[in-house]
Amino acid sequence: MPPRPCQLCSNNRAMIKRPKTGQQVCKECFFFAFEEEIHKTISDANTFKRGERVAIGASGGKDSTVLAHVMKTLNERHDYGLELFLLSIDEGITGYRDDSLETVKRNKEQYQLPLKILSYNELYGWTMDRIVEAVGKKNNCTFCGVFRRQALDRGASSLNISHIVTGHNADDVAETVLMNILRGDVSRLGRCVEITTRGEDTINRSKPFKYTYEKEIVMYAYFKKLDYFSTECIYSPEAYRGFARTYIKDLEALRPSTIIDIIHSAENIRISEVVQDALPKQQKCQRCGYISSNELCKACVLLQGLEKGTAKMAIGSKAKHVSQEVSSDTRTIPMFKMPDQQVRNNQTNQTNQAKQSV
Amino acid sequence: MSSVTRNLNVEFGGGLEILFNHQRQIKLVVSAQGRNPTVRDLIKKLADEHINERRELFIEGDTVRPGILVLINDCDWELRDELDGELEDGDVVVFISTLHGG
Ligand code: SF4
Ligand SMILES: [Zn+2]
Ligand SMILES: [Zn+2]
Repeated sequence: MPPRPCQLCSNNRAMIKRPKTGQQVCKECFFFAFEEEIHKTISDANTFKRGERVAIGASGGKDSTVLAHVMKTLNERHDYGLELFLLSIDEGITGYRDDSLETVKRNKEQYQLPLKILSYNELYGWTMDRIVEAVGKKNNCTFCGVFRRQALDRGASSLNISHIVTGHNADDVAETVLMNILRGDVSRLGRCVEITTRGEDTINRSKPFKYTYEKEIVMYAYFKKLDYFSTECIYSPEAYRGFARTYIKDLEALRPSTIIDIIHSAENIRISEVVQDALPKQQKCQRCGYISSNELCKACVLLQGLEKGTAKMAIGSKAKHVSQEVSSDTRTIPMFKMPDQQVRNNQTNQTNQAKQSV
Repeated sequence: MSSVTRNLNVEFGGGLEILFNHQRQIKLVVSAQGRNPTVRDLIKKLADEHINERRELFIEGDTVRPGILVLINDCDWELRDELDGELEDGDVVVFISTLHGG
């Protein structure tokens, strides 16, 4: 097979076929194009402010490892002036998270970034191992998802950070779009494709990889020999999401642009005002101060269920119906405080929407 | 008809190694009758002789499951005729799953 030249530099041999464009490029051109596309996504959306403290949600997996590498590279190359941190959540899953945290600790050294690890046990008094013991293997991901979201915000807040970047890639976003359609969750449909979700009482969340294909992230990690962890969680994820994922991958194999087409579709859907008005109003959880659409936030409801041994009932039931009293010996989540920086930013930024992000 | 054989170095990454007895690298010989062995032959051999269980996590029909990347001597197999790509002696073929972890 004769080597084909790179379509960008016409010098080196092409090694990769880019899924979005079909372009055939060499390693060096691939690295540069990959990084600069992420820079474009970030800068077109004015994602960061100079001097901002930004936490990279780091799991040790491929996406967040590549994200840490690329954020550090771009911060230096384009002089974003960001202060970067690694923020990891320890869910307390023996044989899975303990190993992946070792990867994050190595990343800390490799990238010379400060690392903060916050555990479910520290915050909620429960590890995922114990939660699974209590609720079984059916709803564990519901607990894990709700707890992780808050844990990340609380970890960031403890570092006085008001902006978190996560490694969600284009394949993940397309999958979420599909899930939101399948669940009829129209209000989340628009928000799940936004690069940044902001709110007065929430920490900003951004997805610099929203247009970045999973294939390219893995190729990048492979060619750059980045150190990442790739074992499946021992409490396998929800079956429903698994189907959505397989479906997306099958479509992508037939026509790679499918991923970006799904994202563009969701970006261009205009959600009717009727639906927007029907969105629950955001308030602060009466028990822990975290943003919530009910008097109690989901984490407090789930935690209360665990403490009372009625966890299975808490899922799907409305938070309103859960009693407000907590006996003095049950565990509650510490009060949530927004970082000072965020308060200042929001005073000068009146355009922020007061909606909780997805 | 004479048999054509190829000595190959095969590597697994991204969690695929779990399917192959936690081996990250194996050496193997692929052969074909009267023609050059291809990536299709290699995938079949791997699925038939080297996976103990959960074969469907690697192979779908006669190709790899969507979401598994294939590189031959570090070159994306999509630039090398994919399944029909012919293999040379000493080729390094890497299979990486993109499906695990975030
Ligand atoms: S698969 Fe479920 S339990 Fe495991 S880390 Fe993910 S959300 Fe948590
Ligand atoms: Zn090039
Ligand atoms: Zn709460």
